[in-house]
Amino acid sequence: MSERSALSDADRKLTRIRVPFVIGQVLVLIGLLVAGLGPLLWLLKAAISPTQDSVRSPLAWFPSGEVQWGNLSTAWQQGHIGYYLGNTAIIAAGSALASLIVCTTAGYVLSVLRPRWGAVLSGAILATLFVPHIVSLVPLYLTVLKVPVVHANLTNTFWAVWLPPAASAFNVLIVKRFFDSIPREYFEAARIDGAGALRVFTSLVLPLSRPILGVVLLLSIISSWKDYLWPLLVLTNPDLQPVSVALPKIAKVTELNIQLAGLFLALLIPVLLFLVFQRAFLRGVGLSGGIKA
Amino acid sequence: MLFALPVLLVFLVFSWGPIVKGLVMSLQQTNLIDPVKWVGLENFRYVLSDPAVGQASLNTLWFTLLALLFGFPVPLLLAMFLSELRGRSWLYSTLAYLPVITPPVVAILLWRFFYDPSPGGMFNSILGSVGLGPFLWLDSPSSAMPSIVLEATWAGAGNAVIIYLAALTSVRTDLYEAAELDGAGVVRRVWHVMLPHLRSVLLLMLLLQIIGTMQLFTEPLLFTGGGPQGATTTILLLIYNYAFVNGDYGAATALSVLLALALAVVSAVFQLATRGWSTE
Repeated sequence: MSERSALSDADRKLTRIRVPFVIGQVLVLIGLLVAGLGPLLWLLKAAISPTQDSVRSPLAWFPSGEVQWGNLSTAWQQGHIGYYLGNTAIIAAGSALASLIVCTTAGYVLSVLRPRWGAVLSGAILATLFVPHIVSLVPLYLTVLKVPVVHANLTNTFWAVWLPPAASAFNVLIVKRFFDSIPREYFEAARIDGAGALRVFTSLVLPLSRPILGVVLLLSIISSWKDYLWPLLVLTNPDLQPVSVALPKIAKVTELNIQLAGLFLALLIPVLLFLVFQRAFLRGVGLSGGIKA
Repeated sequence: MLFALPVLLVFLVFSWGPIVKGLVMSLQQTNLIDPVKWVGLENFRYVLSDPAVGQASLNTLWFTLLALLFGFPVPLLLAMFLSELRGRSWLYSTLAYLPVITPPVVAILLWRFFYDPSPGGMFNSILGSVGLGPFLWLDSPSSAMPSIVLEATWAGAGNAVIIYLAALTSVRTDLYEAAELDGAGVVRRVWHVMLPHLRSVLLLMLLLQIIGTMQLFTEPLLFTGGGPQGATTTILLLIYNYAFVNGDYGAATALSVLLALALAVVSAVFQLATRGWSTE
């Protein structure tokens, strides 16, 4: 069976279809270049422009003829963008790791070990998908302020941004679904060979599910990289704040060219990460649509 | 069961616990200083009589409506078009996804600059070259919300494009072949095969978009702080103000519960109204 879509190969040879289709392709490509890449390229230009150039004629190509490469290093050092990016990286890495631990072990319990109470657990996790996050924003904040039983105050510690995102029903669900697709014979064979539950988990399930773990990792890194409200609430100490929380404050006190250089630096890493892992990203998003459907 | 421990602990403390606590707190008076007092429905009465809540509700609905008008058709048409491409479609989807990758704070601060209301501002000088404007964008109560919607649509459209594209890859190709043998032209193949296949994803995305847009927060906070004249104060911004500016956690959770109830009603009505359409 040949790969096809609404247009068949025969259609594509017809002039009355081919010509509008090619024109359409060009127009859509131009539109996407302007809307998708345009703002980012403009930011790159503005990041190395003097303030007056960006303000007076934002569309011109270096109207004063001056290129200020120094903006980037000023933003990096005096604006401490480098430092805040470091915080962001620590936050993203920690929350990704916490998410991975939670969703792989949960997926393993629900999909492979299948205890009798598994259905209850799975139902309780699924139910949280239907409760809007907003109900728990304020109580979650108070929880982090004083964790039940241990009475620890997690604000101004990275735990406050690492742990709550790990309670993601969505991650548990996609990992469980992936584990479900591993042939049961593998587990039986491993058990006959004398492997315990831990051994099956670490040397069979985890290596086999590398693709889905990559997707979870990427999606959780990107979502914690994008987060603003939560770190704003729980990390009031500027030394711990991620770049997303720091940027609006920097914007208030620095000159525009340094501000824009800071924005560019903050954008660079996610975009590079995306371009490198582009396939995994787009697959992850497509997957998420499939799951929700 | 040692393996269930992480998920149990994390969900108990950070998911199930706060949900229950939120419901309880909406019936209490808490400001973290005085002892907690049980006040029954007092918080709800207070919130419902606050004129700011009425305006915030209207603002939020207005945002949701605009976001659907702007943000729903474009990704759909784009995805339908891209699904016909052979070979270079990765380039198109990568470009469409770039805004989604942009951290919201970066995007907002950048767009705030684009929205400079002076005639020399970015958007004003582009529109000025074809004789339009200058517009006040974020500085006028009537155009502030549409401006926020425009940025939010730019930031979110790529996500929907990728999800529709993924859904379209699973159309059974023999349906197209059958339609073609029956003499259906391209337009009818799109209308009778492609769109029906997307129906369940479309309905779901519609619902998710409504739920998502009703929880708008970062954009109004960073673009306008809720102004001008309260024109962009959303419910979530009000909840934030109740809790973290005024320290009235009871009112904040009461409003959260009301919003959650509204979302639940919207989902339920939506599910009922579309039952029967969503299965192929």
